[in-house]
Amino acid sequence: MTYKTRADGRKFDETRKIEAKVGIIPNADGSAYFKIGNTWAYAAVYGPRNLHPKFLQDPSKGILRCNYNMMPFSSSGERVRPGGSRRSKEISMVTEKALLPVLDLVEYPNSVVDVFIELPQTEAGSRCAGICAASMALADAGLAMKDLVAAISVGRVDDKIVVDLNYLEESYPDGPVADIPVAMMPNQGKITLLQMDGLISKDNLKKALEMAKKACKDIYEIQKKALKEKYRTEAEEQV
Amino acid sequence: MSEIKVKDKDIVVPGEVVALGMDIFPGSGTYREGENIISARLGLVQIDGRTIKLIPLSGRYIPKKFDTIICKVTDVSLNGWRLDTNSPYQAMLPMKEATSQFIPRGADLTQFYDIGDYIVCKIFNVTSQKLVDVTMRGVGLSKLKGGRTIQVESNKVPRIVGKQGSMVSMIKDATGCNIIVGQNGLVWINGTPENELLAIKSIRKIEEESHLSGLTDKIKEFLDNGKAKPSV
Repeated sequence: MTYKTRADGRKFDETRKIEAKVGIIPNADGSAYFKIGNTWAYAAVYGPRNLHPKFLQDPSKGILRCNYNMMPFSSSGERVRPGGSRRSKEISMVTEKALLPVLDLVEYPNSVVDVFIELPQTEAGSRCAGICAASMALADAGLAMKDLVAAISVGRVDDKIVVDLNYLEESYPDGPVADIPVAMMPNQGKITLLQMDGLISKDNLKKALEMAKKACKDIYEIQKKALKEKYRTEAEEQV
Repeated sequence: MSEIKVKDKDIVVPGEVVALGMDIFPGSGTYREGENIISARLGLVQIDGRTIKLIPLSGRYIPKKFDTIICKVTDVSLNGWRLDTNSPYQAMLPMKEATSQFIPRGADLTQFYDIGDYIVCKIFNVTSQKLVDVTMRGVGLSKLKGGRTIQVESNKVPRIVGKQGSMVSMIKDATGCNIIVGQNGLVWINGTPENELLAIKSIRKIEEESHLSGLTDKIKEFLDNGKAKPSV
């Protein structure tokens, strides 16, 4: 049996519907949400700010701290136990590593930039949505960045290569599946996050990464628009 | 073969190509990658001859030499005061920079500035590790008595002050308040309660509409309207 059409009627290289907005949390120095299908990620950035305990400070540059958290009611199945888990700890770590290459924190020695990613509802691709939201929030916080980071999951469902797997595809029962979250600097074409769950051949992986590259460029345009929108509306409302 | 891809006062995001070609120079907030000049932050484009620079629209205050700032005293030690600067870094006010008075050995330093006091001071040194030293010696540097302190975005301080202080003196004249604007985004206002509120409202308005032209006229109108009604 082959995988002919996608469960939600999308094309194989089409992402779910994306919505992005910047400046949603007034208390934070920078904030954004990124909604892709039923996966919603909210990111808030605080800092650069004073870092304690002191032994964590780095005198040569500021540090980045990410915190990924799924809310208890966020999954469609069982309640997610609140607080950190092994999974959330790992995702916080990979998010941090995906964002760090674009940031320039040498201007802020001994300080910290905190990124909080909260997910009120999830349906596959949550780490990618989190990274997209966090990178917009970091730009909104006015930090020096080489590029934004866009992320998307690609993969294979049975014999097809697809972009942005949803939960049904991730858990496709009738054939092998590979789920590959990719984060990229869209303008430089460099990859900052690459993980995989499942099996895929070398050729298919290359094809999948090409598709990810294209999808990331599209996401970058959405991020760009959302960032410009915040300052543009402020300017145009008064005219 | 050079080409500037953006207009003056455009908003650009990180990673956006702002110009092509080697005879255009990257200013602050941009960097060169090959032949391209790329934006390195969210900001407003300013084209200055052949240089392109970005004016930041957001971000925390970072201490800079010779800035006059408003600080809160957080700690009193043997040889001076520790201050909160509304930035990631604390400042140190050494005893000899604190006042022109003679401070005898072993004196109780809280009689000059106590914890929780707000003071106006000037940064006279910032090290590479962002150790900040401030001084109180100079014109207009003193402890703030009475009034209220509000926090604004530090990137908008230049708009609140205006050209040669035109904006802030307009608010001062209209409300009769004493106003001191610190570069770090703290603003101290002292007057009658109604006038203080009017001054705060107009400052918030400037903050919201800071990237619009004709701001001075709008604020003037706002202040006139505010004064005509019996203020709330």
